[in-house]
Amino acid sequence: MNIRSQVSMVFHLDKCIGCHTCSVACKNVWTDRKGADYMWWNNVETKPGTGYPTKWEDQEQYHGGWEKKGDQPINIKSTGKARVIPNIFHNPYMPSMDDYYEPWTYDYQNLFNAKEGADQPIAKPISMVTGKDIDIQAGPNWDDDLGGSQIYAANDPNLEGLTDQQRQQLNSVERLVLFYLPRICNHCLNPCCVASCPSGALYKRGEDGIVLIDQKKCRAWRSCVSACPYKKTYFNWFTGKSEKCILCFPRLEVGEAPACFHSCVGRIRYLGVLLYDADRLEEVANLPDDELVEGQRSLILNPHDPEIIRKAQSAGIPDGVIESAQRSPVYKFVMDWKIALPPHIEYRTLPMLFYVPPMSPVIANFEDGLASHKMQNLFHGIDESRVPMQYFANLFGGGKEGVVRHAMGKQLAVRWHRRAETVGDVDRATADRFLREAELTVEEAEAIYKLTSLCTFEDRFVIPPMYREQAIEMIEEPGVHKAETGFGFVGGQQRGA
Amino acid sequence: MSQHFLDQFLFVALPYVCLFTFFLMTIYRYRAQSFSYSSLSSQFLENKHHFWAVVPFHYGILIVTAGHFVAFLIPRSLLAWNSVPWRLYVLEISALAFGILTIIGLVGVIVRRFSSSKVRVVTTPTDWLLFAMLLVQTVSGVSIALFYPWGSSWFATNMAPYLWSIMKLAPDVTFVSAMPWLVKLHVVLAFLTIGFFPFTRLVHVLVIPNPYLWRKPQVVRWYSREGKSR
Repeated sequence: MNIRSQVSMVFHLDKCIGCHTCSVACKNVWTDRKGADYMWWNNVETKPGTGYPTKWEDQEQYHGGWEKKGDQPINIKSTGKARVIPNIFHNPYMPSMDDYYEPWTYDYQNLFNAKEGADQPIAKPISMVTGKDIDIQAGPNWDDDLGGSQIYAANDPNLEGLTDQQRQQLNSVERLVLFYLPRICNHCLNPCCVASCPSGALYKRGEDGIVLIDQKKCRAWRSCVSACPYKKTYFNWFTGKSEKCILCFPRLEVGEAPACFHSCVGRIRYLGVLLYDADRLEEVANLPDDELVEGQRSLILNPHDPEIIRKAQSAGIPDGVIESAQRSPVYKFVMDWKIALPPHIEYRTLPMLFYVPPMSPVIANFEDGLASHKMQNLFHGIDESRVPMQYFANLFGGGKEGVVRHAMGKQLAVRWHRRAETVGDVDRATADRFLREAELTVEEAEAIYKLTSLCTFEDRFVIPPMYREQAIEMIEEPGVHKAETGFGFVGGQQRGA
Repeated sequence: MSQHFLDQFLFVALPYVCLFTFFLMTIYRYRAQSFSYSSLSSQFLENKHHFWAVVPFHYGILIVTAGHFVAFLIPRSLLAWNSVPWRLYVLEISALAFGILTIIGLVGVIVRRFSSSKVRVVTTPTDWLLFAMLLVQTVSGVSIALFYPWGSSWFATNMAPYLWSIMKLAPDVTFVSAMPWLVKLHVVLAFLTIGFFPFTRLVHVLVIPNPYLWRKPQVVRWYSREGKSR
């Protein structure tokens, strides 16, 4: 057993209101630079929808992630070792700016400087790449809130395998259904971007599992962009270096939550440490599709188990990190309650960002043109969910409905339980029946309710001590980094000639 | 007399200045500005014509350059190979083919960079100068192959000794000063390109990723433990 710690995340989609505050916080802190202007390390997508870059989930087009063929060990689907040399001049599956969007701003000065004329002056859109006028064709949230859903949402790769009836379910109320999917780098356990980098510029930090790109070693071979199935490594078109979400490690190292977590209005984001067994990664990444969700769970170790604690200590994991893992909200969601699920586990990168699937309730139905509210409809059954289970299964269950159904059932039971407790218009026996069916105790239901609804900063973000001061002292004089910029080198990022 | 000084300048002084600049500046740049070592790919900005320009250019120029190195390093073996006519023809024709491929690719690269407004934004004056130098160099190279045949043989007998005399710090311009002006141009431009090399995007040639083929797929960096990886 080779125990390692991983800073992991849960996004509670039932609470996401799609306000994009996370995206803006991240943009302002990290990607408000030339060449990074089109990047959204954090973005929020409307689902069903095609997302950013357009149809990123369609691996027939993008060839992202790992590929399992029969009994053979997994391979990088885009450019593995054998193909790295022939593909180095031209990456065959590289998305281009057209797949994302051409970034633009507006010529606001024209509002002040325009010559006097018959018409009001306007702020014309200007390309941030060429500086010329631009005819805007797409944006990072072009299909936000189902804008043009018949064109965009219809292309969602997750709709594959849905029956006609299930598709109708999506459109039953006002012909619309949507939920939000905020996305950042998943800081995977088996990251395809790292494995694909010919220069070895990408790496996972041993202590906390954060995946980073060494800006000095990146040579713009672009393999990571093709390899990441979530399209969360981005090519900086100006500096000629790839960049990605760094999980705000400079903030984590001083005990603060990443900017997107910190600013989240709906408080949907949770962060905490998970301990896992790195020796079994290869075995789990090679499991059949329908065993992957459970397989990934089997990697995660119980931080309360005295045997695990002893082994973690002997593996050099500090007591502070182990203690942090014991309080981790992520462990509760993923392991104790099993209501948070990995996105597209079938890509086999073993993502460490988990999602609590949203409930999409129907409170009122239309009858004879009037919205009617009936008691038995207060909390509908899971199968009446406006988003079909099969859709969630494609997104969060590796195609398997069972794990999604389990997660949904528990959330439903918690709702019945709390309704019985606080409003009292449903009887206790019904609530208890739902709890029993969802395999929940009253205590667990209360804990889920508390961590979902009444969570403070301290509950949501259990940030492990990172002991960076010790780490730096071990490798060099602390004074060495004095007066350096945040990127760790004095000269700043100067583009090559 | 002036011819002598010109030869001394072009084929002795200039090569040493260029070679010195090359070694000094590539090392300095790698140490001081390693961030700037990048292929600066523009595939992201323009992906439709990228393949048809970049791929022929790279295969062409790499093979042609490698051919020059072989002739420089093992001239005797090359002469032995060329001693049989059909082997000489095969070598010359393939060298010419790759030279023409380079020109086609290079013209494609230049046209693409010029015609795509996005790619033009990331093309610097240095790039344009470099493209001009490479274009003259490849065109002169192919012209030499056409007008002064069996270059692979006379390179081995005449140019290799000259280049070796430069390397051995005992420069001897006898062979090169008797060459036609086209060949002289090619030689001078070659040294100029070497001297210009560290100031251009060409440095990405020096950081081709070889350890990838042997390393383990996942890379883990520990700050608190020495040299532990997956």
